[in-house]
Amino acid sequence: MSSVLVVQEARADGKSRFFQESLAAGRILAGLTGLPLEAAAIGNPNSSVLAEFSGPPPAAAHAVQHPLLETYTSDGYVLAFEQLIRKLQPAFVVFPHSYQVRDFVPRLAARFGKGLIGDVTAIEAGPTFVRQLFQGRVNGMYRDAGDGPCFISIQSGAFPPDSATAGATTIHPFVPEMIAAQIRTHPGEPFRASARTVDLGSAQAIVAVGRGIKEEANMPLVRDLAAALGAELAASRPICDNGWLPMERQVGSSGQTVAPKLYLAAGISGAIQHLVGMKGSQCIVAINKDPDAPIFEVADYGIAADLFEVIPALTEAIKAAR
Amino acid sequence: MKIIVAMKQVPAPDAQIRIDAAGRWIDESGLQWALNESDAYALEEALQQKEKHGGEVVAVCAGPERVGSTIREALAKGADRAIHIDCDDLASRDALGIARLLAAAIQPESPDLILTGLQSEDLGLGQTGVILAELLGLPHATLILHVEKTESGLRVKRELEEGWFQNVELPIPAVLTIQSGGNKLRYATLMGIKRAKTKEVRRIAAASLAAAAAPVVLLDRIALPQKQKTTQMLSGSPQEAAAALVEKLKFEARAL
Ligand SMILES: Cc1cc2nc3c(=O)[nH]c(=O)nc-3n(C[C@H](O)[C@H](O)[C@H](O)COP(=O)(O)OP(=O)(O)OC[C@H]3O[C@@H](n4cnc5c(N)ncnc54)[C@H](O)[C@@H]3O)c2cc1C
Ligand SMILES: Nc1ncnc2c1ncn2[C@@H]1O[C@H](COP(=O)(O)O)[C@@H](O)[C@H]1O
Repeated sequence: MSSVLVVQEARADGKSRFFQESLAAGRILAGLTGLPLEAAAIGNPNSSVLAEFSGPPPAAAHAVQHPLLETYTSDGYVLAFEQLIRKLQPAFVVFPHSYQVRDFVPRLAARFGKGLIGDVTAIEAGPTFVRQLFQGRVNGMYRDAGDGPCFISIQSGAFPPDSATAGATTIHPFVPEMIAAQIRTHPGEPFRASARTVDLGSAQAIVAVGRGIKEEANMPLVRDLAAALGAELAASRPICDNGWLPMERQVGSSGQTVAPKLYLAAGISGAIQHLVGMKGSQCIVAINKDPDAPIFEVADYGIAADLFEVIPALTEAIKAAR
Repeated sequence: MKIIVAMKQVPAPDAQIRIDAAGRWIDESGLQWALNESDAYALEEALQQKEKHGGEVVAVCAGPERVGSTIREALAKGADRAIHIDCDDLASRDALGIARLLAAAIQPESPDLILTGLQSEDLGLGQTGVILAELLGLPHATLILHVEKTESGLRVKRELEEGWFQNVELPIPAVLTIQSGGNKLRYATLMGIKRAKTKEVRRIAAASLAAAAAPVVLLDRIALPQKQKTTQMLSGSPQEAAAALVEKLKFEARAL
């Protein structure tokens, strides 16, 4: 039976919000196509992953289990989902666009001669899938062609979960066939970098700097502004990659998530991987010379001008106001 | 180790992006181009592996005439030779199509290691390397910051979400997608730039690679995103804008 199959990611921390968002996206697709909704996850049928759904529960859920799937590997997950998809023959397979999904789903899709329409932000009639291009400066409208399942992954935060809690559904166990020799990568335990010396998470105010600062020699400009504001200094990834600030001051999907009272972003374009780490801030100020920079989409106040002119003026104005 | 590095040329980070008249793609005329950032880190990792273990670094780049400048940059930084897959229609190919081209060009080289960037800055797919591994039947690992050769293959450091990492062991040949920031990037030296001129660049017409297939993911059109949030834009001279912002922060947002 053809369906919209929504896949839950097995997570050690049991976070399920992203799954509920994937379900919300799946429901849109089910609505557009008239197909039933189903869910799947790696794990024990008795575990909580598939036990509770927000919004109307799917028609069925599939618990994929095998001892070789206890630790995530791309080879193992591709083998397992390949078999599940061949059995269920869904028309659409929906994933959360997580690091794990990025690691194995392109490979899974290629096995079906298909592509992954990844990091989708909206689903429209057609179905047409919207995803960002050029680091969020342009939207692309995509369509799946060819036979077989259409694979999509959705951007975190783009599909608000259904808030009404509803019941459970029938859970079908599925045991894929695989042997240890088919798994070529051997992952170790996750670890964190050395202990953090700053906790940006508890900062009241943050001044974050991006590639617009151009050179390390210009860093004092933002240091002075941070000092005047009594703010912590943070940065986008390229600044930390260059070693201009330590890694622990990076904000975003691979850095820290912050929610200060005031977040001032200077020379940061607003790529999604940065936004996920700071869009929960109470008041966001963006300074960027490009008036179309995506950072303005999340900003409360914006100054579209050269940071080298605005920041010194702002530092002075703040000093005077205090 | 024989290492292949897949490198893509993308619009420079500061380039002005304009949508073309048909709304199908961007207007590429007069655009500034640059090497994709994570690919620069992939090249750096390849060069460091070669310095440690010997071997050869081969850059592979698919694109039109203009990508010649990116290929020269790779050769000037130390790649030994390059393969230029000549095609004028990159934008109309999907990730599977690009990966098929790259796979067809790479297969006869029988490399020990294939490195790609983790994601292209223009399309933001983050897929080409992973698909390439599937097409070549090789194991892969993504988001790699550090590569170490072991007796049986590789030990790599992989980035996870929110500041977590993981070591992964895998046999070679393998495909790795490289995350930015693992190494310090080198600059091309004058000597390197001079030497690059004598290095081999093999051009292969995309049409000659048995990799043609209709795209399975189609880009119908592109558009500017619609604004959802109303940002209060503060204008005037830098001093006026700064003063206005301080006022707002103090009395409206109460964030000062
Ligand atoms: C898997 C993955 C994880 C990632 N994790 C993170 C993460 O945790 N955190 C993160 O930040 N990024 C992360 N990234 C990278 C992210 O995609 C972007 O590349 C990055 O955030 C861009 O940084 P930026 O805005 O500083 O630089 P750019 O995108 O280059 O933007 C620079 C901005 O400065 C502006 N500017 C230039 N000159 C001036 C001037 N004189 N005055 C004012 N403005 C100026 C420009 O208009 C531009 O908007 C990740 C990427 C991937 C693929
Ligand atoms: N046209 C191309 N030529 C060479 N390498 C490419 C090309 N397109 C993508 N790649 C490689 O694949 C990586 C991921 O690209 P993408 O899947 O588009 O995000 C890039 O960082 C490059 O290393």
